[in-house]
Order: sequence, then structure tokens, then C-alpha cells
Amino acid sequence: MNAVNYVHEQLTGTKEFPKFKAGDNITVNYKIVEGNKERIQSFKGDVIKRQGSGATATFTVRKISDGVGVERLFPLSSPNIDSIVLNKAGRVRRAKLFYLRSRSGKSARIKEKRMAVETKTP
Amino acid sequence: MFVTGTSSSLQPAGKTMEKVGDKPGLNSPMADVLYNLAGKNRKKMKGIIGRKIGMTSIFDPGGKQTACTIIEAGPCVVTQVRTKDVDGYSALQLSFGDKKEKHTLKSEKNHFSKAQTGAKKFVKEFRDTSLEKNIGDTVTVDIFAEGDTVEVVGTSKGKGFQGVVKRHGFSGVGEQSHGQHDRQRAPGSIGGSSYPSRVFKGMRMAGRMGGDRVKMKGLKVVKIFADKNYILVSGSVPGHNGSIVLIQK
Repeated sequence: MNAVNYVHEQLTGTKEFPKFKAGDNITVNYKIVEGNKERIQSFKGDVIKRQGSGATATFTVRKISDGVGVERLFPLSSPNIDSIVLNKAGRVRRAKLFYLRSRSGKSARIKEKRMAVETKTP
Repeated sequence: MFVTGTSSSLQPAGKTMEKVGDKPGLNSPMADVLYNLAGKNRKKMKGIIGRKIGMTSIFDPGGKQTACTIIEAGPCVVTQVRTKDVDGYSALQLSFGDKKEKHTLKSEKNHFSKAQTGAKKFVKEFRDTSLEKNIGDTVTVDIFAEGDTVEVVGTSKGKGFQGVVKRHGFSGVGEQSHGQHDRQRAPGSIGGSSYPSRVFKGMRMAGRMGGDRVKMKGLKVVKIFADKNYILVSGSVPGHNGSIVLIQK
């Protein structure tokens, strides 16, 4: 077995997160330690990038906060990620959405992906 | 330059040498003094031969990410024990990595058979080591413990012919205008004219870079996987993946 995979199998815990990709709107619940208190901060925004593979993979979430664009990069296997909630699946045509940085307002929106809904057959 | 406290050193160097078998001088007090003067191995160290596998990063429970290098270290076989009486210095010869029989010389086969082991690819002597082993013994990653500070020796990646900016950290010409043209990364002046009428030795210039023996000190042992012979050290290690490194403590 690949040595890197072996090391991570032993050391890195696996957490179950919903599947998400660039263009999706997610909420990351992130543990923050202040002094000796621990609390959970949520960061809600659009995923503009997923990068890397295996235990060192990361993703970047972008949101507009008080009119200012804020991006935050999270390591996917960080023990500080408490949970990830998928709010909306987006319909985008590329894997890295850096073009959103130069856009604002209406043109910076991402269309929601319309899923086929299972209809009950009588 | 014979600087020593022993009285025998006042005689000409040739006469202080004692004869030990066919190797005169190796066992003289002088050899010891010179060796210590050279500053080598003041501390008794222990070491092992390994192969760099690659880098990754791991998280501690607090969420802090550390870059780590995975090294496959050992198991090494002790193929020869150098002793002060016979060889004039003490060392352990460790061998690592199996070698196919068709690539093995007869003389090598005989050498390795003394340790009851197959032929090995890499042979390295560890001088004045604190390990007490006999010929044929194996040395594994167990000689280290998690949390130890180790140093790793390897051969750095070759960079080819490089200019002074990359090779020696020169800052280059700061400006692109004001009369500068095509010389942003030039070294500048390399010395005076009529005096000294030559370029001083050791002047830093462009040339081959990399491929040097490099020692990384102060690396922490993050984790040891004894069953797989893996050792995880913090930080980077010289050389490309698959290259041979020495881990010492």
C-alpha cells in the first residue's frame, strides 16, 4: 500500500461530510478555541475551489460579508471542522470559480442546480 | 599543525605513530586528538540508513497542521564492526536495501556472508556510535522514540547551472530603467582592477547548484510505525523521493 495512505489511515480520522463541489453553497461549522473555551463558528458561502487529494485536500469558501468578499480555506481532514451542511447545489461550468472575485451583485450569483425529483408511482 | 597536550607530540609526528598490524598510526594518541580537533562526533550518536518516501501533513488533536516527511528507515544489518584495536577507530557498518544476486560482485557476496545476510545496496559506516551491536545484528527504527530530535543527512536535489541570484541569494539589479538593460540578475563587480589584478578565490559566482550533502538538524520524530519501518519526521528532508538518507540522533 502507498506509504502516504498508510500513514493517514493510522493517524487521520475520517469524518463523513455531504458531497459537495465548486459552486455549491455550504455552511462549515468550525471549532474555535478561545482561551480554554471552545465554541463553534459557522461560515456560510459558495465553494469556489476544491484542491488536492487524500488527507491533505482543501476547499475554499467565499462569501460577501458587509459588502466585502471574504474567502476562507479549510483543510478537509482538519479535526476542527465539526460539520458541513450543504445548503444549495450550484450549476456551474468550471471547477475553479475565481471569476466570481471580479464580479459583484447580480452577476456574482450562482444558478441553483435543479434536481430530478423522484415521483411516486402508484 | 599538531596541537596536543600529550608529551609524545613534542617529537616529530612520524615518530609518535605506533605500529598496529600493517596500519601504522591509526591507533596513535595523535590520531585521536586530531579526530577530536576536527570536531567530529563529539557526542556519541546512533543512526540508521533510510529511504525518503515523500511528504504529507498531519493534524494534531488541537487542529495544528504539521508538514512531515515519511522515511522508510531500516532494517539495517550490521555487516562489520570496526574497533579501535584493529582499525584504529570504532564504527558500525550498516547495510540497507536488498540487491539482486546478478548485480553482486563475488567480493561483496563474501563480505555480506560474514554477517549471514544477502547482498545490500547501501553500506555506510557510523563512527563512534552509541549502539552496541555485533556483526549480523539488525538495527531498526526502534532506536528512536517519538518526540526525539534527530538530524537527517541527504543529497540535495540537483539544480543544474544556476545564476548568483538563485545560487547565492544575490539580490540582482534592483532597477529595470536608469540605464539598466538585460542585467536584472547579473552579479555586478567581482573585484578591483589594478589591485589586486585578480579575482579572489571563493568569489561567489554562477555554477552548478544542488547535489550537495546536506544535513537538516532539529527535526522532531512525530511518529514511528515499527511494523512498516516508517518514521515520520517534522519538516523537509534533502533529496528527491526515493533517495537515501541517514537519520542520526
